[in-house]
Amino acid sequence: MTRVTAQVTDRIAGIYADGWSRIVAAMIRFTGGNWDLAEECAQDAFAQALQKWPVSGVPDQPLAWLTTTARHRAIDRIRRASTEAAKLREVAAMDLEPPPYPSDSEIPDERLELMFTCCHPSLSLDAQVALTLRSLAGMSTAEIARAFLVPERTMGQRLFRAKQKVAHAGIPFRVPPPHLLPDRLPAVLHVLYLVFNEGYGDPRRARLCQEAIRLARVLTALMPDEPEAHGLLALMLLHNARRSARVDAGGNLVTLDEQDRTLWDQAQIAEGALICERALRQRRAGPFQLQAAIAACHATAPVAAQTDWPQIVGLYGQLARLAPSVIVDLNRAVAVGMADGPDAALPLVDAIVGTGQLDGYYLLHATRADLLQRAGRGPEAAGSYRRALDLAPTDAERRFLRNRLELC
Amino acid sequence: MKYLMLVCTDPDYTPGQDDGAPDVEDWVTEMDGKGIRLMGNRTRPASDATTVRVRDRQVLLTDGPYAETKDQIAGFDILECADLDEAIDVASRHPMAWAGMIELRPFWPDDEDQ
Repeated sequence: MTRVTAQVTDRIAGIYADGWSRIVAAMIRFTGGNWDLAEECAQDAFAQALQKWPVSGVPDQPLAWLTTTARHRAIDRIRRASTEAAKLREVAAMDLEPPPYPSDSEIPDERLELMFTCCHPSLSLDAQVALTLRSLAGMSTAEIARAFLVPERTMGQRLFRAKQKVAHAGIPFRVPPPHLLPDRLPAVLHVLYLVFNEGYGDPRRARLCQEAIRLARVLTALMPDEPEAHGLLALMLLHNARRSARVDAGGNLVTLDEQDRTLWDQAQIAEGALICERALRQRRAGPFQLQAAIAACHATAPVAAQTDWPQIVGLYGQLARLAPSVIVDLNRAVAVGMADGPDAALPLVDAIVGTGQLDGYYLLHATRADLLQRAGRGPEAAGSYRRALDLAPTDAERRFLRNRLELC
Repeated sequence: MKYLMLVCTDPDYTPGQDDGAPDVEDWVTEMDGKGIRLMGNRTRPASDATTVRVRDRQVLLTDGPYAETKDQIAGFDILECADLDEAIDVASRHPMAWAGMIELRPFWPDDEDQ
């Protein structure tokens, strides 16, 4: 490959990362909801760019070039298929005049419509995630399958079924009207966070974190007045900033207070904290904003000992009111233990133990063990550590607990 | 788009959960008036059902419903809606969505082969 070709190929890869979802979204609208045709034509347009641009140079308005090429391709395909009676209706619905050559800024941005379509609640959560990664993140079926540890064939079928359901069930390609938005936006945010968390636990899947953050940026740009969207972006940035400090060289989990803070990405922390603060100023706090505020408290403390635990206790209290869950109660108890000491936190943890709801959750017993140990009740702590050890899901977590048990 | 709206009972339903459920007469009047509900009816219970099968050119009849449907289907409506969101809205305002459950099945248009 010549140097020019290599440069152009790199440039196209960059345009693909940003432009794929815009072109697919525009093509779904253009073809009246023919998802497969939309994707095929977008793919064709990029294939043609790979052939032509190394010779002709990258056009001034690459996105417009790609969109126009994809549209011409769609018109060709439908004209050819239009001898079949079944396609006549689609043709009738389409404007077959060659579309005028737009500039990049004139291309309507339909990615928001695409996000809400991919995350329509009538699709299973699996399907929502897969469609989002395929259509908005531009990941291949094989890549998505690898990320979710399922065979490629299974993922292909899941995507196929999801696209079929969108077409056959009449799932609309649009941003839901205002009265549906409070029900529908959380699904979009949930899917993005799910994608992020899939990537967070495993360095080999880090790309999922990047994609989730990129899509959240798109979402906040397209919906600037939705503070929860900003809250989600802030939360992901704040977590992602600490990524490289979470695991040590031996693959062991490093707890927050023991992480090497020089490894944290300060620019990302500053951005996340600022986005979170701006969102909270709108005075429409939601679960993502509150979790981001908690993450910001941790991330902006210069050393673990200077963490603002009383503020974290307050934030968990608000979170418990907005989105009650026993996990939130447990996290709040941990924060109380840090702010006011183990004796203040133990009754809260014992109350959770009393409900029996989290009995199989190792972190409940590990938390109780830690509080008992710090309260000077070593033998009781050892009992709780043993219980936690039985339930811990990974080797890294078991190693961590065994080390703590030895100190009792 | 046309949807078959299957109105079903919910075996897990406990009375009292449907406080504030809309009135079915109001629902029918509104949806008929808007041209959304093309037709619909209640159906007699499963004990009055007959299941028909032809095997080896012999008509086999069974008293009662096809086993897996039990006594769930209580009625049906045929809706004409712009899209699934409209159909969901229509279904969620039917009292049996509150006291039972409703399944929306899009029609398979005659001219679509796949």
